Amino acid sequence: MVPLSYYLVLSAILFGLGVVGFLLKRSVITIFMSIELMLNAVNLAFVAFSYHWQALSGQVFVFFVIVVAAAEAAVGLAIIILVFRTRASLNVERVNLMKW
Amino acid sequence: MPAETVLFFVFGGLAVLGALNLVLQRHPIHSALSLILVMAALAALYLLLGAEFIAAIQVIVYAGAIMVLFVFVIMLLNAGEEERTSMSRAARYVGLPVAGLLLAEVGYLLYRAWPEGAVVEADKFLGRTGPIGRLLFTDFALPFELTSVLILIAVLGAVVLAKKEL
Amino acid sequence: MTDWIARHPDLVFAVVKIVLCLFLLLTAVAYLTWFERKLIAHIQSRWGPHRVGPHGLLQPLADGLKNLFKEDIIPAGVTSRFVYLLAPFLAVSLSLLAVAVIPFGPEPVEILGARTGLHIADINIGLLFVLAVTSLGVYAVALAGWSSNSKYSLLGGLRSTAQMVSYEIALTLSVIGVLLLAGTLSLREIVEAQAGHWSGVVPRWFIFPQFVAFLCFFISGVAETNRAPFDLPEAETELVAGFHTEYSSMKFAMFFMAEYAHMIVTSLVASLLFFGGWLSPFPATEFWSITRYLPVVLAAALGGVLLVDVLRQRTGWHRLIMAAVGLGLLAVAGLLATQETLLALAQGPFWLLGKTAVFLFVFVWTRATLPRFRYDQLMAFGWKFLVPLAVLNIVVTSFLVAWRAG
Repeated sequence: MVPLSYYLVLSAILFGLGVVGFLLKRSVITIFMSIELMLNAVNLAFVAFSYHWQALSGQVFVFFVIVVAAAEAAVGLAIIILVFRTRASLNVERVNLMKW
Repeated sequence: MPAETVLFFVFGGLAVLGALNLVLQRHPIHSALSLILVMAALAALYLLLGAEFIAAIQVIVYAGAIMVLFVFVIMLLNAGEEERTSMSRAARYVGLPVAGLLLAEVGYLLYRAWPEGAVVEADKFLGRTGPIGRLLFTDFALPFELTSVLILIAVLGAVVLAKKEL
Repeated sequence: MTDWIARHPDLVFAVVKIVLCLFLLLTAVAYLTWFERKLIAHIQSRWGPHRVGPHGLLQPLADGLKNLFKEDIIPAGVTSRFVYLLAPFLAVSLSLLAVAVIPFGPEPVEILGARTGLHIADINIGLLFVLAVTSLGVYAVALAGWSSNSKYSLLGGLRSTAQMVSYEIALTLSVIGVLLLAGTLSLREIVEAQAGHWSGVVPRWFIFPQFVAFLCFFISGVAETNRAPFDLPEAETELVAGFHTEYSSMKFAMFFMAEYAHMIVTSLVASLLFFGGWLSPFPATEFWSITRYLPVVLAAALGGVLLVDVLRQRTGWHRLIMAAVGLGLLAVAGLLATQETLLALAQGPFWLLGKTAVFLFVFVWTRATLPRFRYDQLMAFGWKFLVPLAVLNIVVTSFLVAWRAG
């Protein structure tokens, strides 16, 4: 007996916390995890709407989002490993060679 | 209070706590564990919404493979705690209240948009595996094939990027 | 109080079944350690535990008490005590969780006037649930290895994590063949799809069409549980003790329990998926209905053997224990022979647990017999042999299923 809007508000809260983590944290891996949190929040909204409109395509889309998140995590973490090898630090503020 | 409402608040509360912990913790491994908690709580919420296949996929793929990759990289790179600096005064006195205000506004608008009758009940199971599989191979066949090519490219890319010497 | 119980029968049944299942599983884990030590010892021409209780039967109790009273150490430089303490807890709870979806017997039974099935929960995605719990079990190893602040633990943890993740893929792919033949993910319905016999003789178990998939599944299952010959990450001669080097007393015992519980779950799932679960291998005709008394015969025979063994024991306590167990088994046999409902109730679990016992025997047998893989051989075997083999099995099975369907 939970209203649909509760699920959407929860999704908004999680998305907002993901944005806060993305903007405020300094470790590259934690920033990446905040991106995954944002994707999860969006997945929750998709599944909630799939229930509301009784359409399975919402859940199929969640399937695709999860798959794309997996691909993005693999490549992103490989890039993070490369960045760590060259800059020897996981602090995003140290990756600043192109600043003026 | 019916069981579904209690379960929603329990798992929703766990999800929010996990997300807060992700932002507040300093060591990446604690953030990773909090994110795993968020994903598990979301899987329970998907079950409340009737999406059983997606809940299983969320645990197997997202919490069981992607986050293992994160934990693996944290272990490999020996990521340490972040340095501690305080927030700028603008962030603390203006940013956080405005963020709270925006969130309250979004919540109010969402609540106004679906006031009555849009209720989630637990026994209208929607996401059976068979129909989702059928959709994946008929209506969504093209995105399905494209995502398989995408994963192949991602695997190749990750291997090439992370190798020591080619 | 009894009124509340009568109004919420499902909840009460669920709690009772959970408690019973946990108790039986933990006892089984404890006596599996005894079984392994005795069997490996006899394969190696020695005796194994034989002092603590008759035939060493009280050895698990002694081990448990020992682990309880040992000093509980937390190494000095752990970065996070929470993660260090979380790892064994996660290992044990996840291994025990997978039993929740295992069906032990056929149709709903009547106990005290209420109907309930012989399982804790029968969900539509039972197979995916077991795979999900297996996926989450990787964290226990990874976090244990990392949080111990020791080189050996870290290397063992990383290697073990990589091994478990790789063989998980082969495990999942090998199960898809069964899924194609059964058409459902629910473990109960997969077993029910294996009912009946081909031309009245050969049971329709999925082992016959899916033999390759079974081999893939079993080998991956052995690798997933970090058992020999895939136990490089935790072998004593290799990395001290791998990811659980720095764990002592009860936390080490929890890792141990988790490994054996995982073994039991893998054997249960293999019996359910490939060997017909609770279905008897004998046809259900009038001629073979005498085999319904097999549990009675086995219980009586075992009770008789134990009673005869009383004469070989040396101390009074040992004789008492063996006599008590022997008489208890004879009493069970008598009860089953006379009470029809109990006999019908015991058929399903008897066959399932018998098949599981055979698989556990194979687990221990391979540990005693085969040398262990080197790490690169292990990874190459998983990725370059098992995964392509499982994919080939899926392709051939789906082709045959589509061809048969028209």
